[in-house]
Amino acid sequence: MAHMTAVPALNVEGLTVEFRTRSGIVRALDNVSFSVEKGETIALVGESGSGKSVTAYAVMGILDPAGRVTAGRAMLGGLDLLAAKPSQLADVRGREIAMIFQNPRTALNPIRPVGRQIADVLIRHGNVPRNEAPAQAIEMLRAVGITDPVRRAKAYPFEMSGGMCQRVMIAIALAAKPSLLIADEPTTGLDVTTQAVIMDLVSDLAKDLGMATIFITHDLALAGQRSARIVVMHAGHVVEVAPTKELFAHPRHPYTAELIAATPDAAASLDQLASIPGSLPDLRRVDLPNCRYSERCPRKTDECDRPLPRPDPGATHIVACWNPLP
Amino acid sequence: MTALAATARHARYVIAENPVTGFAFALFVLIVLAAVFGPHIVPYNPLSSDTAEALQPPNMHHWFGTDQLGRDVFSRVIVATRLDFFIAVASVALVFLMGGLAGVAAGFFGGWTDRIVGRIADTIMAFPLFVLAMGIVAALGNTVQNIVLATAIVNFPLYARIARAEANVRREAGFVEAARLSGNSDWRILAFQILPNVFPILVVQMSLTMGYAILNAAGLSFIGLGVRPPTPEWGIMVAEGSAFMVSGEWWNAFFPGAALMVAVFCFNLLGDGLRDMVDPRRRT
Amino acid sequence: MTVLLDVAEFSKLFPVGGVPGPIARLRRRFAGGPEKLPKVYAVDDVSFVINEGETVGLVGESGCGKSTLVRALTRLIDASDGSVKFGPRELSLTPSRDFARDPDRARIQMVFQDAGDSINPRFTAFDAIADPLRRLRKMRGKALTQRVEVVASQCGLPLQFLSRFPHQLSGGQRARVGIARAIAVEPDLLVLDEPTAALDVSVQVVILQLLQRLKHEFGMSYLFVSHDLSVVRLLCDRVLVMYLGKIVEAGPAAEVFAHPLHPYTQALVAAVPRLGENVTERLRLTGEPMSPIDPDPKVCRFSGRCPRGTDACKTAMPALRRFGHRQVACHFAEEFLVQP
Repeated sequence: MAHMTAVPALNVEGLTVEFRTRSGIVRALDNVSFSVEKGETIALVGESGSGKSVTAYAVMGILDPAGRVTAGRAMLGGLDLLAAKPSQLADVRGREIAMIFQNPRTALNPIRPVGRQIADVLIRHGNVPRNEAPAQAIEMLRAVGITDPVRRAKAYPFEMSGGMCQRVMIAIALAAKPSLLIADEPTTGLDVTTQAVIMDLVSDLAKDLGMATIFITHDLALAGQRSARIVVMHAGHVVEVAPTKELFAHPRHPYTAELIAATPDAAASLDQLASIPGSLPDLRRVDLPNCRYSERCPRKTDECDRPLPRPDPGATHIVACWNPLP
Repeated sequence: MTALAATARHARYVIAENPVTGFAFALFVLIVLAAVFGPHIVPYNPLSSDTAEALQPPNMHHWFGTDQLGRDVFSRVIVATRLDFFIAVASVALVFLMGGLAGVAAGFFGGWTDRIVGRIADTIMAFPLFVLAMGIVAALGNTVQNIVLATAIVNFPLYARIARAEANVRREAGFVEAARLSGNSDWRILAFQILPNVFPILVVQMSLTMGYAILNAAGLSFIGLGVRPPTPEWGIMVAEGSAFMVSGEWWNAFFPGAALMVAVFCFNLLGDGLRDMVDPRRRT
Repeated sequence: MTVLLDVAEFSKLFPVGGVPGPIARLRRRFAGGPEKLPKVYAVDDVSFVINEGETVGLVGESGCGKSTLVRALTRLIDASDGSVKFGPRELSLTPSRDFARDPDRARIQMVFQDAGDSINPRFTAFDAIADPLRRLRKMRGKALTQRVEVVASQCGLPLQFLSRFPHQLSGGQRARVGIARAIAVEPDLLVLDEPTAALDVSVQVVILQLLQRLKHEFGMSYLFVSHDLSVVRLLCDRVLVMYLGKIVEAGPAAEVFAHPLHPYTQALVAAVPRLGENVTERLRLTGEPMSPIDPDPKVCRFSGRCPRGTDACKTAMPALRRFGHRQVACHFAEEFLVQP
């Protein structure tokens, strides 16, 4: 019987990134691997310094000039994004893979009406003829829930509220119907009601377009609500990957368990909240241990000095730990 | 690490990163040394004339040659450093006090203060700046003090505008509110919270203005509204020497002109270096 | 319970487009009589109390007026109307400009949201904590140093960090400096404006537990402003919910979140992601909030977005009514009151 393996929308393998700074080389990412299936929504969860945004920027090819990818592949269909030529990347960005950011105002061109910004994408990547682009741009604005889109298409970003700018950014990202959307903390800083509406919007559009989504956030509860699988990151490592329900019911990596225990929602009273012991290791150290959590881990054993276990490719629940929770 | 030690380390880093800044800094030190010790180390008295030796090209006894009155050009150029440097520093200090304080007050308090300072700046800017400087010196008399004053007035709008913008941005900052909660009156906040943050940005502008101040003084001297002879000053020396260019005695105007160029160049480079030090790296 | 802070019918209005200059004022007079300027009703007729030793939460989204309210309570800005009584004293009698030198200044202090922004970048941590002690307690020299060190230790800030600048400190350490500065002068009321919003969840836990401990040790009252309902639920005894300048609901924190009575609170609670729960059919708010400029005093501020809106909502502003421990400003509050 033929064995059908679905080709994932994005397959990141062994991504390793470093940054050159005046105080040394920062090993921001080390052997990061995960995949997203077509049409699937996954979440990349971690605290600041975990490397989740760096991962997204590396995949999109928009790393800071001081950053370098020293190993790994990011396969989008048949193309390795990390090895692609700039012209190939320019073609693929917008058409196949798109990104939305935390601060919409910095992502939008302040001196260009929003309708035109959407039309730009349609013309460049959506193969829409120039004279039809403005009308389709208005339709995109309507699709993202902006009222009175005909008038708003002529507006500039500074005339719109934060929530509206966020919607415009989503419209721009989705205009050419990409197969993968990376959302980097898109609702951090928004009111919780606006957050719910924006997340609903992204989910609905993703479903309509059959689009895969990587949702980057530090909010574990939000990730749990919106994604089928969660990738937990710590200090540049992927520590655990599991389907959402499974992750919350049976977290296996000690860090994941601590993260859950530190989320206010989980506790009935303040005393029940537990903080995570220790602090992030300095990623500039040359003597970083193989497991970057080991120095803060209450379950550390001598086994933990070994290189991390290789993940079983077929497994649905992956843990990078020698002494995981049962 | 104390603030001073951190600044010194940062300065060393910037100078190491950018050799041009290091060069400018070394040159600046040279200029300061020439200004301070110049009159004591020059071989000849810059004022003593000896018409027998007039208009000699550069030679072993007179490295830069002699001018039409037989005075040693080299000595005059070196001694002039003190005067020109003083003019530069004094103008810049004065405009910093006037423009910086006025601008910061305007930006912080807004309202009438802002309007008045704005109108003053607008009035100054309505004139072509050199013409205004000329007018001030012509009206008040050719003294070094008036040259300094004229330069300061002409640069007032720039400093006021920069200071105002910086103060305006910071007046809503969290630390200003925190300072109010801690019992600071508005004046204390202005002096101890806002000004120390605005000062570094103005310092960059100040080094650039120093170059302008020297050029301004030189320009005024060139048209006879500056320093009076026989005081050695680069501008006057260029003015007097220019008459001799055509007849081939180039050294009269060349060396003071070269000194002017080197000084202005040095201040501008220094300004760039200071901006690197003060600006984004400081703010990380 | 003794009342520490009594706010009554408090309002703060801002003229739209800033205060007009003298020329603009003259022009207006000659154009057609002294017309009233359009005003933004940032805080409109708000009344509540804070008791001694209590932690009161203030929740609401951007534009609801909580920042303005908080700045008025801490006397950074003046009220337009209403009274703020602190103990026996009526605070609104002293203009905010003069309050910096007032003997009661130390009794109300604030911890800011972004500790990085609220500490002067040119001050060391020591300077930042020492400032209120110098100005309000007139402390100098040895006594000052000792007090700063004591307070820093109480806030869990290692003493060697006192000589560092804000950009050399981590987010959690900066938060501790902000807290140390605020409690150094031993205030009776501490206002906390989203103190953990910029912090990682693990650091947030530590800071929240620190705040709890400090409160018990020093017997302070807290006004905890936050849009993070999960945090408010954990820390606060009572909570006030604001919408567009008005208080729409008030009551014990646990009850308000378990059983919200006002439609806005219900939407708010429904929108908060809960760990391990899927997104289900939610009470979603449509549209944008009403304009806060000269709102019609007879129309409920929430109408237009409220899923329950009826004509009654547009003819009479619902008053904040009391139901036992709870207060709700909605015509239909009775329908939501607990049956079983």
